[in-house]
Amino acid sequence: MTTAKITTKVSGLANPQQFMAASGWALPAAGAIALLLFVIGLPWGLQYSPPDYQQGESVRIMYIHVPAAWWSMGIYAALAGSSFTYLVWRHVLADVAARAMAPIGAAYAGLCLATGSLWGRPTWGAWWEWDARLTSMLVLFLTFIGYVALRAATDEDERGARLGAVLALAGAINLPIVHYSVEWWSTLHQPASILREGGSSIHPSMIGPLFTMAGAYAAAFVALTLASMRADIYRRRTRAAQARRARSAAP
Amino acid sequence: MSPLGAVFRRELTLAWRAGPAAPLGFFLGVTVLVPLAMGPERVLLAQAGAPLIWIAAALAALMTLERLFQADLEDGSLDQLFLADASLTAIAAAKGAALWIVVGLPLALAGAPAVVMLGASPSAIPGIVAGLLLANAAFIGAGLAAAAVTAGVKRAGVLIALLALPFFAPPVLFGAADGGAFGPAFLMLAACAAAACALGPLAAAAALRAQVE
Repeated sequence: MTTAKITTKVSGLANPQQFMAASGWALPAAGAIALLLFVIGLPWGLQYSPPDYQQGESVRIMYIHVPAAWWSMGIYAALAGSSFTYLVWRHVLADVAARAMAPIGAAYAGLCLATGSLWGRPTWGAWWEWDARLTSMLVLFLTFIGYVALRAATDEDERGARLGAVLALAGAINLPIVHYSVEWWSTLHQPASILREGGSSIHPSMIGPLFTMAGAYAAAFVALTLASMRADIYRRRTRAAQARRARSAAP
Repeated sequence: MSPLGAVFRRELTLAWRAGPAAPLGFFLGVTVLVPLAMGPERVLLAQAGAPLIWIAAALAALMTLERLFQADLEDGSLDQLFLADASLTAIAAAKGAALWIVVGLPLALAGAPAVVMLGASPSAIPGIVAGLLLANAAFIGAGLAAAAVTAGVKRAGVLIALLALPFFAPPVLFGAADGGAFGPAFLMLAACAAAACALGPLAAAAALRAQVE
């Protein structure tokens, strides 16, 4: 396929009809992939992977905590990207996508914080520590919550969408801070083991379940976002139909 | 007078009429309540008292943020400001500057007795007052953006606090870490204030454009 054809197919998704057609098969596919990867990844990580040489069995929380952390940042990047797309090109579907992604990102960030706290208790001896990584991750969680709160407080019109987009982009400055926090400051949280100079330092036997869980979280995010977007589009269509009926019925 | 000068004069007059009484009263109220809560133990107050001045300042600043754009949006002055011959960024900065002069300065000066009430030594007063001046600039800069985004929302107080909180954390952190010593943390506090004054009006202008269109 030529580049022109590919870009037309992608930008065509801004058309709600095309999006509904595409998500009609993409949603069940993503859901099936998510289910499959969870069914493979959870037992693999929680039961059949090797214990850590230092942490023993408590390392298994990593298979839940780390993908949630990765994808909470990824979802915020997607949220910022959708918001930017909405501000520049005014694709309504970009705003629909942003509204759909935010609660999922909040859930992943909350899961990361909760499982991290559970992991920290046996390994560090502390439920919580105000170091750079944990604090910036908490800020990311609060930014998600703030975005959801703002969208709930404003009307579902262009003004509310633009304000949400501005907020999402303003909060994007936190994303590099979260990622590089373990490099820039001396933190209790361990430094990067996978995306670092000189290659990853994680044991190869742990990469399999970890990346499987990462794929599962990603597929779940896609499935949930598509479902939420489809529901939002149906709701808007219903409201528009009701408005049309009210207008035509008025004497 | 240039359009921006006229806008600044308007903002200064409006802020002056609203006055610093409410945030000042809140600030002093907190500084009175904290020693009462800590009890008669002087040791506890000496250790934990002084950093609380920064929290009191942050909360007092949060109180004043609602008055930045809410009234203007409701009565249509925001549309007139949009048409003015000055950039929205400069207008937002003028609002922030007026608020800093009317609220931030008295709040920082009120830090002098508050520092002593909270158990710190009087030698820390110059450092803490200077730090409060910078911190209030940082609070107002960050608060400009939060207030602009939530301008049309009813009872936006809690929402403003939620949105502005991540940006209030660094000034509070560095101010408390410095504790009046004009050390490296003071420089970080100044950096936060500079960043907020530069970026806050920009974000506020973007949000205002979204409000008015």
